[in-house]
Amino acid sequence: MAAIEAGVRGRPATGAVPILKKVWRNYALRRFLRAIFVIWVVATAVFFLVRLLPGNPVEQYIQVQVSQYGATYADAQRSAQAYFNFDPGTPLIQQYFVYLWGLCRLDLGMSIGNRGMAVSTLIAQYLPWTLFSVGIGVGIAIIIGLILGMIMAYRRGGAIDHAVTAIGSFLHAIPNYLLAMIIVVIGGARFGLFDIATMRGTASPGVTFKAYGLAFFPDIFYHASMPILTYVLTTVGTWSLVMKSSTTQVLEEDYVTVARARGLRDLRIRTNYVGRNAILPLVSQIATTAGFVVGGAIFVEQTFKYDGIGTLLYTALQGRDYTVLEGILLIVTVTVVFANLIADLVYSLLDPRIRTTESGD
Amino acid sequence: MAQATVETATLETSVDSGVRSVRGSSLLSQLTRSASGFAGLIIVVLIVAMSLIAPLVVPEAKPNVNQIWSGPSSRHWLGTNNSGQDIVTLILRGGRTVIFVGFGAALLTTAIAVVIGSLAAYFRGRFDAIMLQITDIVMTIPQIILLAVMGAFFELNSPFALAALIGVLSWPVLMRSIRAQVLSLKEREFVEAARLLDLGTLRIVFMEIVPNMASFILINFIIAITNATYALIGMYVLGLAPMSGDNWGIMINDAWISGAMFNPNSMLYILAPVAMIVIMQLGLIMLSRSLEEILNPRLRDR
Repeated sequence: MAAIEAGVRGRPATGAVPILKKVWRNYALRRFLRAIFVIWVVATAVFFLVRLLPGNPVEQYIQVQVSQYGATYADAQRSAQAYFNFDPGTPLIQQYFVYLWGLCRLDLGMSIGNRGMAVSTLIAQYLPWTLFSVGIGVGIAIIIGLILGMIMAYRRGGAIDHAVTAIGSFLHAIPNYLLAMIIVVIGGARFGLFDIATMRGTASPGVTFKAYGLAFFPDIFYHASMPILTYVLTTVGTWSLVMKSSTTQVLEEDYVTVARARGLRDLRIRTNYVGRNAILPLVSQIATTAGFVVGGAIFVEQTFKYDGIGTLLYTALQGRDYTVLEGILLIVTVTVVFANLIADLVYSLLDPRIRTTESGD
Repeated sequence: MAQATVETATLETSVDSGVRSVRGSSLLSQLTRSASGFAGLIIVVLIVAMSLIAPLVVPEAKPNVNQIWSGPSSRHWLGTNNSGQDIVTLILRGGRTVIFVGFGAALLTTAIAVVIGSLAAYFRGRFDAIMLQITDIVMTIPQIILLAVMGAFFELNSPFALAALIGVLSWPVLMRSIRAQVLSLKEREFVEAARLLDLGTLRIVFMEIVPNMASFILINFIIAITNATYALIGMYVLGLAPMSGDNWGIMINDAWISGAMFNPNSMLYILAPVAMIVIMQLGLIMLSRSLEEILNPRLRDR
């Protein structure tokens, strides 16, 4: 909607301020504004969800304080105010702007469960680990899927094709958190292939980058290895199937035949002609998958006791730490929106048609 | 992700010939010809039948303090759990909620998606634009986190509430592919003929256009069941779903919390429900993939 409004506003300026229109034509800028718009809508929705609906967290928090800790209603209200970062005495619209201003300064209120901790500090502690493990996992899965998919397309009906299709759809059928459990139960507890106890957490106790230097990296990879394995196993089948289907399609294109007729080397056809075009649908799917994998990370991290945002969410859920829940919902959405944005921009770099066909309005 | 895969398939169909409609009986006979599709159908039918009939026939598993965590034996094929209940009985009786919630949520999602998707595509204009914006936004919020947070904010005390919540949160992806289908279908001659006969908008959309994509809706309904089951069991694993009665999700949660995995005797308590869910998901996915191949033969080659 922002796109439409701004487009309308930009139009009369065609003659007078062509620069404005030119700026608006910029694909990256429009995508960026769109991302901001989505974040604003989600933030607004969360605001009204938390404060307005019957049985909302603020009310529940006040009730628990009154009934369990014997606080007076006014006291409970005052403490809710401090935690949730809003003043119930002021008009709603004013509360809303205070809240939005807080968001702009990355102020998400105080955690109810961890006394004296700001929600944003907590999230800053946990989120990087999720981004690290999910990023590496998805990256590895995409690379393997790309290679497997191309092999499958070139040798359709071959042994690799059948094997990957069968195994891939089997692994896809297992919800990622159940696969994580199966890995822990069978690999860890039953056969002792790895030590689940020492793999807990994001790094071994006391190991920091400052103290250990480069030796820090093998350690964090060791701790992240099982979540990464889970992400790779559950998604690699889908990636290879998508890659296979798009490669098959590209192989039938005329320009591939022409390239062959021109006697270009096989390797060059595979990378510059087939690969570059076949990869496009994958890039657009990364965005869809990013949200899915980050969502699944809640379960996977909790299963392996990996201290990422999923574990934080899990503890917040158990303790009904509403401010942390609110913060995580917002931050994860922001992360996914920006992942989408990056995927869109990469896509437009790879495929210039996107930029030109969607220009202007 | 399964949803994304189907969407690409949809685009291909809508580009060349719209949707091929295959009638019920021939669909079944074609399904029996594909090995994996037939196997998937059998698995799904068996699990659904078992889950619906078993609670009526098999008596409830009684706790027995003398038999806590006993291994597999002739009396208890899969052993017993931490309160001495027979695991086979729990498995047999535990599928009903999962099936009800899975089917119920999928039904709700599909219904919302079909109504909104087809109306948006038929009318276009402002309604369409607003709906697209909404789906755009809802699709960027990681569903499972939204579900978990909503589950924590508003205590869910019945499986029906859970089904409703899952159903209401997961329609946008399907709505988009339904919309794409209707966009191509509404240009066809029979729609024009219906319009010339002045049949009325609602009748044209829901009696003429929607039945033409019945098989497409069926496939997506099956995929919606797998997604709802994923979300449901996830809620149980997190402990956010109502924890009364016995079902596979509660078994997994209970086994995980009570540390069943460290005891070789009781490992089956956690593996059995996990296996049931995996088999059910696998059956549904095999079924939907073969249906897709039947309805869109060009996929077979891919």
